[in-house]
Parts: sequence; C-alpha cells; structure tokens
Amino acid sequence: MTATDDKPRGMNDDPQQKDTSPERVDEPREKKRARLIGGPGMLLVWLYGVMVVGAVSRSVVQISTEFEHAPLAYSLSAVAGVVYGFITYSLVRGGEFARKAARVCCAVELAGVLIVGTWTLVEPSAFPDKTVWSDYGIGYLFIPVILPITGMYWLRKSARQKDAA
Amino acid sequence: MLVALTVATAVAALLLAAWCGWAAYRDQPTKDWHFIGMAVVTVLTLVQLVVGIVLLARGEKPEQGTTIFVSYLLGSFACVPVAGFMSLAERTRWGSVTVAAGGVVLAVLQVRLYDIWGG
Repeated sequence: MTATDDKPRGMNDDPQQKDTSPERVDEPREKKRARLIGGPGMLLVWLYGVMVVGAVSRSVVQISTEFEHAPLAYSLSAVAGVVYGFITYSLVRGGEFARKAARVCCAVELAGVLIVGTWTLVEPSAFPDKTVWSDYGIGYLFIPVILPITGMYWLRKSARQKDAA
Repeated sequence: MLVALTVATAVAALLLAAWCGWAAYRDQPTKDWHFIGMAVVTVLTLVQLVVGIVLLARGEKPEQGTTIFVSYLLGSFACVPVAGFMSLAERTRWGSVTVAAGGVVLAVLQVRLYDIWGG
C-alpha cells in the first residue's frame, strides 16, 4: 500500500536529485586532501587519541610530581605521547605529506615499542617504574605494539586506493 | 558505593561494546538505540564522577593519589561520548567498531579506577 501511495507523491523520480548526486560524490574527492579517517581510519584515530591522552597525561603527572624516581621511564612516556599526538594529527589532517609522515612515525613507534619493550625485559633495573612501552605495552592490552602495524597497513592501503582511483 | 558503581559501569561498558560490536558484525552503523545505550553508560560515569568527588570532599583518600584518581574519573566520563560523536561522523560499520572499542577502553579504565581507589 505504501509503495503505491508514495509513487504519485514523488511525481516520478525527482530529476534534480538524480543529476546532482554523481557530481556530489566525485567533486570532494578531487579537491579535498586525501581523507585518511574514513572507515577503519576512524577506529585508528580513536585508538591513537586514547593513547595520546593516556601517555601524555601519565607523563605530565609523573614528570611533575616524581621525576627523580624514574627519569628515563617518564621521559620515554612523554616521547611516546608526542609521537602518538603527531600521528593522530596527521590522520585527521589527511593529505599525501601527512600520510608519509604518519607512516614514518608509525615505524618509529613500532621500533620504540620493540626496543623499549626488550630493554625493560633485559634490564629492569633501568626502569624503577613502568613506561607506556614497558613489556611491549602489556599494561595497555598490547595496543602500543598492534597499533603501529595496523596503522602502517592502513596508510599503505589508502595510498593504493588513491593510485587505483 | 564507589566499588559497586565501578563494577556496574564496567559491566555496562562491556555490554555496550558487545552490542556495538554486533552492529558492526552485521555491517550496520550506530543507531538511536545505541546512542541511548551510550547515554546510559555516560550517566553511570557521571554519577561515578560525582560520587568520587563527594568521597574526596569527605576526606577519603584514594590509594594511588588524588590527581590520578580524578583524571581517571574525567577520562572515563569523556570516553564514550567522544566515541559516540566519532560514530556520528562515520556512518558505517566502522563507527560501530569505534564505539565498541570505546566500551572496552572504558572497562579497562574502570579496572584501573578500582586499583587506584584501593579495592
């Protein structure tokens, strides 16, 4: 019943709508910077955002209140926070340069997690307190080690899609 | 009081995560009902924030420090609304995944809050 009711009201399919819709889809893609936060990118931004808040607030509190206790650990947390912040910003901003920069940072991040993670296991005495990257990020559900890998994968994939288009 | 609230919020957060994960599995964006669920979880975290501040005002001390306690309370209050807004911007299954991830993050924050408060 509703289908037949709707037909006369719509007066055949609106010609205006049909004409504008394909243009609308194509235009922003050409003009805008390559969007990096569509689809899975949104999840990445969210997780990176969480890590920024986690790492930065943690290091701010620890550096301002008890820096002497574990200067190396707290400084590393601060560095991690800055790296996360930059990647988040690049993902949100989009564009070719941001994509490349974010990829480099993901690689730096992955190297950081692996080096610091190994370091904390080999020489725990250097770290009286934990960093974000201690034990490969076990305190953060291993997100620090998973995130850069998925991040690099996503950034590569979005580049390939752009080449194909 | 605070401990019971922490457990309730953690459970609610995990339920929200499962629910939005299910929506993502079925390739659906977040819908009105999901946002109502997010609102419920957010109200829980707001109540928790108020209760936490009242407890502090009455002179009780969290085991691991007041600053950390308050920042975790604020973080868990902001967690789900931010994920919700991101799912408004991303009207695909990935918006649902984002909210599901937000629920898991909130549950982890609750576990940490429990530790910080000292049981």
